[in-house]
Amino acid sequence: MDERNFTYMFYGLAAAWTTIVLYVLTLVTRENKLKTEVETLKNLIKERKV
Amino acid sequence: MREKLIYALGIVAALYLVRNLYVMLLQLPDELAQGPIYRIFYFHLPGYFTGATCFFLGGVFSILYLVTRKWKWDSLAVSVTEVGLPFAAMNLITGMIWGRIIWGIWWTWDPRLTAALISALIYAGYLMLRKAIPDPTERAKNSAVMAIFAFTSVIFTYKSNEWFRTQHPAPVLSLRTGGGTIEPAMEWMLFHNWMALLMLAALFIAIRWNQEERRREIESLRREALAY
Repeated sequence: MDERNFTYMFYGLAAAWTTIVLYVLTLVTRENKLKTEVETLKNLIKERKV
Repeated sequence: MREKLIYALGIVAALYLVRNLYVMLLQLPDELAQGPIYRIFYFHLPGYFTGATCFFLGGVFSILYLVTRKWKWDSLAVSVTEVGLPFAAMNLITGMIWGRIIWGIWWTWDPRLTAALISALIYAGYLMLRKAIPDPTERAKNSAVMAIFAFTSVIFTYKSNEWFRTQHPAPVLSLRTGGGTIEPAMEWMLFHNWMALLMLAALFIAIRWNQEERRREIESLRREALAY
């Protein structure tokens, strides 16, 4: 059996997990951005009301 | 309550995936012809099925939006469609790595592979379309129509290795072949990992849905801010 067979199996599994991790990072980054934006807009409206 | 459910789902999905990794790496034997690399299939096939399930739900939620005009369905449609995309990417990337060893090439413009790539690109286009339309009603209506038509690409990809002569392996699941093409323990592992990835997808959808609701809140706050 080709030695690369085993190595590429790990590449495949690593690629699958990397895809998931990258999407989780996207979700986390977006979550933080949205929270900040909501807070900023709420403060802006409060300031304008005053 | 929703947050606690999200955490619980995350923990269960993670444990299920760890259990599946243990079984696929340490308990199941190598495949006779392919050797250890066949284990890539435990992510390649479930990745495709999870993506296809998400895209199917995206189509269903889009129909529900067009019928009811309720924002909830639009939010759910974009959430499931976006979550389906990384699983479609997982299917494509793991397939390429498997192909490098078994076929000796990273990629070929074979009908099955090409259909899967085009399908993923169509759904990426769906997300880009949403970003390009500023009016929420227009955005929801146009993207719902696109999601419904886009699902035909998923069906085309699924059936392509029956309709065309392809380099891609023929169907192996007993649901399609009637049995005898795959060792039952290996087939069960495929279903177990599909369930685990579906749980993971459900977790992502719940998080993404929350974010979409927040985005809608931002749009309304922006209008309010402009009014002052």
